[in-house]
Amino acid sequence: MGMGEYKTAKAPALLVSLGLGSCVGVALYDSTRKIGGLAHVMLPDSSLSGKKDFNPGKFADTAIDLLVVELEKAGANSKKLIAKIAGGSQMFQVKSDNSIMKIGKRNVEAVKMKLAKMKIDIVAEDVEGNYGRTIEFCCNTGKLTVKTIGHGIKIL
Amino acid sequence: MFSTFELDALKEIGNIGAGNAATALSVMLSQKVQMKIPEVKVLPFDEVSKSVGGPENPVTGIFLRVEGDLGFNILFIIQAGDTLNLLKIILRESKEVLELTAMEESALKELGNIIASAFIAALSDFTKLALRISVPSLAIDMAGAILSFPLSLYGCMGDTAFLMETEFEEGLDGVKVHFYLIPDDDKSFSTLLKTIGVRSFDGDNSRGDGGI
Repeated sequence: MGMGEYKTAKAPALLVSLGLGSCVGVALYDSTRKIGGLAHVMLPDSSLSGKKDFNPGKFADTAIDLLVVELEKAGANSKKLIAKIAGGSQMFQVKSDNSIMKIGKRNVEAVKMKLAKMKIDIVAEDVEGNYGRTIEFCCNTGKLTVKTIGHGIKIL
Repeated sequence: MFSTFELDALKEIGNIGAGNAATALSVMLSQKVQMKIPEVKVLPFDEVSKSVGGPENPVTGIFLRVEGDLGFNILFIIQAGDTLNLLKIILRESKEVLELTAMEESALKELGNIIASAFIAALSDFTKLALRISVPSLAIDMAGAILSFPLSLYGCMGDTAFLMETEFEEGLDGVKVHFYLIPDDDKSFSTLLKTIGVRSFDGDNSRGDGGI
């Protein structure tokens, strides 16, 4: 899955996003029905968009809304969803007055705020830091595998 | 959003900057440096990492932020093997693994600094725009992760990546340094075009394809 995309799948499928940096991968899962969804969020809020018609998958607020709608369409119970999130790194240290330079951290905050608003619990997370992550979400087990270069493998 | 004529003008500006940068690099390395003619590209975000070996390929990234009359980001990407070859040329040392000492990191950052400063100096001379450049920052990681930062910044504006790309190829060992110039938004390039008199109106990007 690429930047700004979101997808749903049923067991035994794997949802994969390669090389997440400042982006945040948001995995949502209905364990009873074994239906999962993954969104690859690039930016915190759709109000940042310079125009009206934009890809809603890029922004935390709009992408998570749409992913939940897609999960419901696929047969998931939106009240039973749990979330696992990974990503939101600060790859480069940049001195700037512009707060958008801290985009990784802001993405994580926006994702957490949105999930709290939608009453979806975050059961596991591996966020921030200064390194990239490849994530694989297994729709059979609900496990999120996080692979890195030089920072090991984590299973959430 | 941009006409063919305007894109050619942007390419020419890139060419002037990159030519100056290639000369600076050549002096630093005491070697002949070849440069590709810059290309202005509009690509889906995920296509960008393909030119440097795919999103999971380990690469060295050197990032510099440019602010002032224009806002944009400069990113150098050097593949793992090329990074080691480059260190051999700069520091006359050979190593097998991409784990850098402070000295090696500093040498690579300085290389980025010299190329980017030469590029910006030429751009600033030519356009009379006031531009200041940040200190370089370095990361060794997956290409996708390294690219995600400047691409996300541009993502506020468009749904595709809009960037200027060139390559510096060092004479002897075929080391390639990929150079990306990614504007904050389409206004940065419009301002540039207006400054050199190629464009007279304000750009208003109402289409959903990130420009052009």
